[in-house]
Amino acid sequence: MDFEKYLRMDKLPHIWCPGCGHGTILNSFIRAFAESDFDQDKTVVISGIGCSGRATGYLNFDTLHTTHGRAIAFATGVKMANPELNVIVMTGDGDGSAIGGNHLIHAARRNIDLTVILFNNQIYGMTGGQFSPMTPTGDLASTAPYGNIDQNFNLAELVAGAGGTFIARGATFDPRQLKKLYLAALKHKGFSFVESLSQCPVSYGRQNKAGDAVEMLKKQEEDTINFKKWQQLSTEEKKLKYPLGILKELDNPESEYTVRYQKIIEQVNNEGAL
Amino acid sequence: MARGERIQIAHPGWCKNCGICVSVCPTDILITGKKSVEILDLEKCIGCHNCELICPDFVLKVVANDEN
Repeated sequence: MDFEKYLRMDKLPHIWCPGCGHGTILNSFIRAFAESDFDQDKTVVISGIGCSGRATGYLNFDTLHTTHGRAIAFATGVKMANPELNVIVMTGDGDGSAIGGNHLIHAARRNIDLTVILFNNQIYGMTGGQFSPMTPTGDLASTAPYGNIDQNFNLAELVAGAGGTFIARGATFDPRQLKKLYLAALKHKGFSFVESLSQCPVSYGRQNKAGDAVEMLKKQEEDTINFKKWQQLSTEEKKLKYPLGILKELDNPESEYTVRYQKIIEQVNNEGAL
Repeated sequence: MARGERIQIAHPGWCKNCGICVSVCPTDILITGKKSVEILDLEKCIGCHNCELICPDFVLKVVANDEN
């Protein structure tokens, strides 16, 4: 595939570490976008801060690299001002679930037509490996040298509970599935969220003696299972595996935020303000 | 997977030698070289796209045979 037209060639090679899964996510996204019928000039990609925040710098789209945790807030503004644009958010697990956690909840609650791709490497990689809300219990981080005491956080379930209408989880060991999920998320009318499991062999891997990228991908494959198979597991078994695939899909374009907003505008224009 | 397609190291300067492509190749034709990935035996490539899809650095590309 000629991926070059979707990349800012003068900005590559990227700064992500050798073996970092973020590049695979970007790779899969580009392929999904190429398969969609979206116009590259009518697409805006927005990111926050962190390793994931670098993604927009390499993409040859209209992009915004925003403040920490606020990618979804900026994206909401872009979408409300110009609903015909396709707005994609690239955020990390720290950026999206901690610093920008509230924006994530409320964008999902509004069911605004954004596609959020959350790069989940389970650590704050860029700043030196501090634990994030997505770091599993017991894992080591520079701020948890004796093991993380926080409980595991099922972010996909949170977004589903908040009202997001398309929720999926993919992983970098299976880029074919990742591409399919991104394509389905792009096409979905409403808030779509794809948690993308990514390996961080440097900031996470070294502290946890997880080996190199290849070993981490192998572990990722062992720790995950297809969503349909996961549903048949016992409650105890379910806790040991991450389900992959489309976890929730509700097709209700009328409930989308900008559609409802447009209806109000029309209503007031026709009937006049109260 | 189309017939008559094989892998090409399209952007060798971007390779960081992480070895992921080597691990996903079903015919074991890739090796990590001194500076970047190298192809051992292009003839054995079946054009499955595994390496191209997973490469985090956009180094590899499956192209038609006449382009290689």
